[in-house]
Amino acid sequence: MSERVRVIACGALAREILAVLRADGLDHVELACLPADLHLRPERIPDAVEAAVAEARAAGAARVFVAYADCGTGGLLAARCAALGVEMIPGPHCYAFFDGVERFEARGDAEMRCFYLTDFLARQFDAFVWRPMGLDRAPELRDMLFGHYETLVHLAQTEDPELDRLAREAAARLGLRHERRVTGYGDLAAFLARAA
Amino acid sequence: MADDGDDLVLAELDDDDLVQQMHDDLYDGLKAEVEEGVNILLERGWTPYDVLTRALVAGMTVVGRDFRDGILFVPEVLLAANSMKGGMAILRPLLAETDAPKMGKMVIGTVKGDIHDIGKNLVSMMMEGAGFEVVDLGINNAVESYLDALEREEAEILGMSALLTTTMPYMKVVIDAMVERGVRDRHIVLVGGAPLNEEFGRAIGADAYCRDAAVAVETAKALVAARKHNQMAAVG
Repeated sequence: MSERVRVIACGALAREILAVLRADGLDHVELACLPADLHLRPERIPDAVEAAVAEARAAGAARVFVAYADCGTGGLLAARCAALGVEMIPGPHCYAFFDGVERFEARGDAEMRCFYLTDFLARQFDAFVWRPMGLDRAPELRDMLFGHYETLVHLAQTEDPELDRLAREAAARLGLRHERRVTGYGDLAAFLARAA
Repeated sequence: MADDGDDLVLAELDDDDLVQQMHDDLYDGLKAEVEEGVNILLERGWTPYDVLTRALVAGMTVVGRDFRDGILFVPEVLLAANSMKGGMAILRPLLAETDAPKMGKMVIGTVKGDIHDIGKNLVSMMMEGAGFEVVDLGINNAVESYLDALEREEAEILGMSALLTTTMPYMKVVIDAMVERGVRDRHIVLVGGAPLNEEFGRAIGADAYCRDAAVAVETAKALVAARKHNQMAAVG
């Protein structure tokens, strides 16, 4: 019997992680997701991850991986993962590792006026952007929140015309130009391969 | 909180009830009502400084506390801030004419590569509300922008903000440049932004990390007071 491996992931990555695990035949890897809306309070991510790691170990997982990047924790998640002895995904956030961290970082300030959507965010735009930012009840906030942005970049993990349509619609609602960039799963695939 | 559609007439409330109602209206982001309250208090002979501190700043402090505690989220804080901004626009010219206490001067801006300014704008407003003169440099500021402004404005305090893990290290670039030019000790450096923490503030050589606007105000007051005390001790 192969050893048990558990990946603890942000809920925003569930679909993509399952797709990679399936494609790579990593059937022994279990996936446990934390709520994606933790991103609204990133300071709570390290504690939530620690609890999930403890739960995974208690459940008999021999190896545990954390499918989060820094995600606005200012290095606290990396420090916590190091203390727990678990590996996480390098990079500032999922936009970076889908794009490829090196490539993303090389773009630097040239993209500071870009607002990114992954496939997940294109699909869940209302639940994770529009409503949490209060734009459903106070549309006048749009320019306070997005006035410095110019372009919505859809980092597309898959070829999906419906997601393309949703991303274009999101850009129009935010008053931004639309750009589509096909990334595939980027660094996520290599990270999950280490769980093999 | 006030219900929508009730027939409350602000002008009929006594001072205490009106101030309480203004706190509620700020909390609910009702800009027109806050502006009306400011005008009523001024007509009743309140000093602009009292209106600012007792009605607006005190109300906004509650908003900040509830944001910190997870009761309010960004949109509510933005609406509240926008309401306070409306009140400030009425008070600002009046404050300039009066002898409201002057606490010091601050240059503030978001760092290079970062366009996020919600938190910075909130700090600017609360600092102004606390009697500080604030020079807001806006977003995407390089080292020169900060250093030129500090010298030009003769500001005691530098505030730097960043929202991104990728841009927050630039704060150290600015502080290192201040050290290199021998001006670091002339200024109090406060840093803030969602991904920052106290450890980061210490590591880059800032005087303090401020987790929210209210903490920024309190920290600035304390550090300015300590600096004055030390200067007086040195003279004495």
